[in-house]
Amino acid sequence: MPKISLSHLETAILLALLISVVLGVVTKKTDKDRLHYGIYCFACFIGTIFGLGWLMKLGHG
Amino acid sequence: MADKSVAAALNPKKSVPIMKWVTPVLVGWLVPGAGHIYQGRMQRGLLLGSATLICFLFGLMMRGAFFEPQSGDLLTTLIYTGGNIANKMVGLPYFLATWLGYDQPDIAGHVHDYGTKFLAGAGLLNVLSLVDAYEIAKGKKD
Repeated sequence: MPKISLSHLETAILLALLISVVLGVVTKKTDKDRLHYGIYCFACFIGTIFGLGWLMKLGHG
Repeated sequence: MADKSVAAALNPKKSVPIMKWVTPVLVGWLVPGAGHIYQGRMQRGLLLGSATLICFLFGLMMRGAFFEPQSGDLLTTLIYTGGNIANKMVGLPYFLATWLGYDQPDIAGHVHDYGTKFLAGAGLLNVLSLVDAYEIAKGKKD
């Protein structure tokens, strides 16, 4: 099994993508709604990652 | 008598045989996504299965640790026992990895730490898939 080393950002984006796919598939009824909800979830995750990232940076001074 | 038949007609309760939902849930637990494929939802099964397996494989490649059940204070019990259950919810990939000797100690470092979360997260993603497979079998979803 190869060993990989990802940064915090890469790991968080990968996890956000995988969770968004599953949430999109299991929560909506039509393919169009699933795609839209998956993209919406992913956008929310990315927004939260960058928002909290900046908040922590500004909080630390 | 007539009242009962009218009430039954107005509020039909479908009784689903237990094997109709146990089999897809069991199959879906053992092989992520297979519960959907078993019920003829090939595309959804492949998407859910691949998302769960990719999460699990990245967890292994980041050398994440499997949780071992621990007792003690409430938080420790909750995290370690819950984590162990989450690990086992991936099904065969978990048992295959442990059978093949994967035994990563819980060491410090952000990559290992993320790997541990990916391994538990894969199990939680599979739980969502199982709930979906159950609802499809029960006729609550398409």
